[in-house]
Amino acid sequence: MATVTVGKKACSVNPLKMSQPIGGALAFMGLRGAMPLLHGSQGCTSFGLVLFTRHFKEAIPMQTTAMSEVATVLGGYENVEQAILNIYKRAKPEIIGICSTGVTETKGDDVDGYIRQIRAKHSDVANLPIVYVSTPDFKDAFQDGWGKTVAKIVEALVEAPKNTSRRDATRVNVLPGSHLTPGDLDELRTIIEDFGLEPTFLPDLSGSLDGHIPDDFTPTTIGGVGVEEVAAMGQAGWTIAIGEQMRLAAEAMKDKTGIPYRLFERLCGLEPNDAFIAFLSEISGRPAPMKYRRQRGQLVDAMLDGHFHIGGRKVAIGAEPDLLHDVGGLLTEMGAHILVAVTTTQSPILERIATDDVLIGDLEDLENLARERGCDLLVTHSHGRQGAARLKIPFFRIGIPMFDRLGGGHQLTVGYRGGRDLIFDISNLLMADHEENHEPTPESWRGGVESLHTASH
Amino acid sequence: MSSLSATIQDVFNEPGCGKNANKSEAERKKGCTKQLQPGGAAGGCAFDGAKIALQPLTDVAHLVHGPIACEGNSWDNRGAKSSGSNLWRTGFTTDINETDVVFGGEKRLYKSIKEIIEKYDPPAVFVYQTCVPAMIGDDIDAVCKAAREKFGKPVIPVNSPGFVGPKNLGNKLAGEALLQHVIGTEEPDYTTPYDLNIIGEYNLSGELWQVKPLLDEIGIRVLSCISGDGKYREVAYSHRAKAAMMVCSKAMINVARKMEERYGIPFFEGSFYGIEDTSDSLREIARLLIERGAPSDLMDRTEAVIAREEARAWAAIAKFKPRFEGKKVLLITGGVKSWSVVAALQEAGLELVGTSVKKSTKEDKERIKELMGQDAHMIEDMTPREMYKMLKDARADIMLSGGRSQFIALKASMPWLDINQERHHAYMGYVGMVKLVEEIDKALYNPVWAQVRKPAPWEDPSTNWQSKAIAAAEAEAAALAADPVKAEEVRRAKKICNCKSVELGVIEDAILANGLTTVEGVREHTNASGGCGACAIRIDEILELMAPVAPPIAAE
Repeated sequence: MATVTVGKKACSVNPLKMSQPIGGALAFMGLRGAMPLLHGSQGCTSFGLVLFTRHFKEAIPMQTTAMSEVATVLGGYENVEQAILNIYKRAKPEIIGICSTGVTETKGDDVDGYIRQIRAKHSDVANLPIVYVSTPDFKDAFQDGWGKTVAKIVEALVEAPKNTSRRDATRVNVLPGSHLTPGDLDELRTIIEDFGLEPTFLPDLSGSLDGHIPDDFTPTTIGGVGVEEVAAMGQAGWTIAIGEQMRLAAEAMKDKTGIPYRLFERLCGLEPNDAFIAFLSEISGRPAPMKYRRQRGQLVDAMLDGHFHIGGRKVAIGAEPDLLHDVGGLLTEMGAHILVAVTTTQSPILERIATDDVLIGDLEDLENLARERGCDLLVTHSHGRQGAARLKIPFFRIGIPMFDRLGGGHQLTVGYRGGRDLIFDISNLLMADHEENHEPTPESWRGGVESLHTASH
Repeated sequence: MSSLSATIQDVFNEPGCGKNANKSEAERKKGCTKQLQPGGAAGGCAFDGAKIALQPLTDVAHLVHGPIACEGNSWDNRGAKSSGSNLWRTGFTTDINETDVVFGGEKRLYKSIKEIIEKYDPPAVFVYQTCVPAMIGDDIDAVCKAAREKFGKPVIPVNSPGFVGPKNLGNKLAGEALLQHVIGTEEPDYTTPYDLNIIGEYNLSGELWQVKPLLDEIGIRVLSCISGDGKYREVAYSHRAKAAMMVCSKAMINVARKMEERYGIPFFEGSFYGIEDTSDSLREIARLLIERGAPSDLMDRTEAVIAREEARAWAAIAKFKPRFEGKKVLLITGGVKSWSVVAALQEAGLELVGTSVKKSTKEDKERIKELMGQDAHMIEDMTPREMYKMLKDARADIMLSGGRSQFIALKASMPWLDINQERHHAYMGYVGMVKLVEEIDKALYNPVWAQVRKPAPWEDPSTNWQSKAIAAAEAEAAALAADPVKAEEVRRAKKICNCKSVELGVIEDAILANGLTTVEGVREHTNASGGCGACAIRIDEILELMAPVAPPIAAE
């Protein structure tokens, strides 16, 4: 439906995009006892660290190979070696996840080769799980880094079953995209378990970045999915991938283990969840529990109540492809019109978004197009706050980073309940905006029919 | 890169910098890059440091030349405030792609500058170099020069790619960019005998405005603040000030010192944190201005304002003093401001149980020692568990620290107050000090702590994580007490020099074997202190402890 265009500007203004190495690092944070390591200069890590700290309001484990100017020229073998040994010594991780950056990709460091040499040279780390992903900053975006990293984890850590007939049909692998919050994962876990299935999430941020009080202080991740649990994912009966970005990982799982997968492009809204529940019913052989029949009714009711406020809205939305498709889909189904859609990176999903054109651009584009096309709802991450203030239209925050509001890690979009809550939140925002800025006055309709399309709604 | 390395050398030779003054000629040449430890480093890069120092200039377009990570992951994340333009909060980046990496990014950079000038018309564009374009050889000086000539606007290259060193170095390289391209390029409309520069103040949370009304009242004009709430033109004509105050410990000492050298502007290092510090700074400003020809009644006005403000602040704080009696504070800061905060807290009647001095210079540490007396417990590298134990042992009632270490305190259910860059409150001057005290009181006496410390219904307090952490720490201590050999091993294994990874035992052995008495000697034999030089003070302490007693005279 939509045409995808790439912005022509030389200068990106008010970036929407974040880099893929930190998307990769976040994926590693969904593993238990993990230390994500960016192979780059120390700023590469420090910026990511601050970003995640501000978003999740948690201590974030992330290390750097601290490449100096000289090291980048000579190659980073020694830095990678020292970093691995230091992390091993100080943090006793269960796994080290390495993402490259622009700095080390420009030189072309052969990190896989380095790791082999380091393992051969140091018996301590010979068997320590170390996964390397190539994620240059000057290509792709955050969700690509996440997707590639999960695929690499699958390739490196999942064990192929020796006997496919011994698959456990009750076990389900879940590969969630980076657009799902720890709260979303909790919701999905509950839903899947309610069908008598046993899910393993990879990555599992619900264990590591959900704000729980840890049992002990460790410098690595706390919670998350363990390396041995990832290895055992090869025994599962099904893989559920959520978001187009996870196709790579789902394919990797299938190639390695033969496990079939079902990819859900969206899990926000009525139809996607009907499909999801039907699928769980099918693979578990159980009818949908009463709880979800009631929740479906609540979502339908919320859609009816909310459509008065959301219907007809002219929305400008800026988000990574899968999140754009997911939340944009719900808004469209509620009668809103997506007049402006800006995203960060290419994805086959973009063509299917219900709008005329999707622009790979920045928040300046989002703001200017929203102004040009008279949008009256802005939806993007926290960096949209300046533009929203200038546009003077209601602003709903989705995605990472969400640093100027609490609860970003628990924002729910999945399941019937997630859709219901999202509709309430957005409708409430619009109602408050109406009360504050758009109450009718004796002058509101003085201009006759013309006045309908000017100031107020 | 040759001009960049020359600039870095110049920064390393900064005589005003305590850290560098401690190093030998050869070590200064090596620079600060050695101190970064792979897998054990934290903190920002030189680019980050440069941006932090210059970004508070409000009407300037700050353009980051590099891949998306450098700006996309970090923009609009500083708490500086502006009284005018908000252009500084707009994120500009060339977001270079693979093609640029292969063919060079200069063209994209030039076009970006053009787009910015056309769309935003700022008084100047600052162009920040980052690692990738530096590696592929993009000459930002040349591009900036071409753009300057073409568009008739200042386009300032800031040559501080991340991999040349840590944040501190970036602060200074930012200062060099101002010295080289901005300061002295314009003239103010008029000057007065009361014109002051404030250097190294970023107006975080608007804290400069807690002091500026006092300066206004006294009749002192802030000609230029570098860089908080600053405007390009103000920096450009800052060379006409009569005196300068350097606020942030060492971040921009090169700017203050070189402006003294080039333009004869005397400066002093002062602080607006704490009541006495604020008064001292106001007096020093007045004194310097009078020395430069301002009428001497300036001092009378200054003293009058000080007397009034001090009285008001003390009266406001007095009511908290009984509430703070016996309350202990654990202070952990990034370093630059720690010594000024120490003084402030003591004024409020709080007792300090430790302060982290990771990033502080030798002078900073001495100041902390002086302020806190000989018993100061310097916490160099506390682990989270030790930190928790310290809080738990009621040796501290509240922790004051930067944003990143807060979670340990909060998870330990201990009161915590943010005093670093990301904080929401302003703590400068007399009013800021009262605000800080109010905030500490609010945190200390919030009933939420009692709530969150309650065990869950299913929890056995003897097996919860808090007890486990304490038990683990105690078990370790007991094991060491029972095993003197092991204890000695652990003691000797303490890392003294992080850059060169030199342990205490190695240093002690070298001192004993060679009768060493100086840091230089230790460095020669062990390589310790051969990196950033920050551990020189620790080596000094070891030398002091091991100072040889006079050799026994052999009995005949």
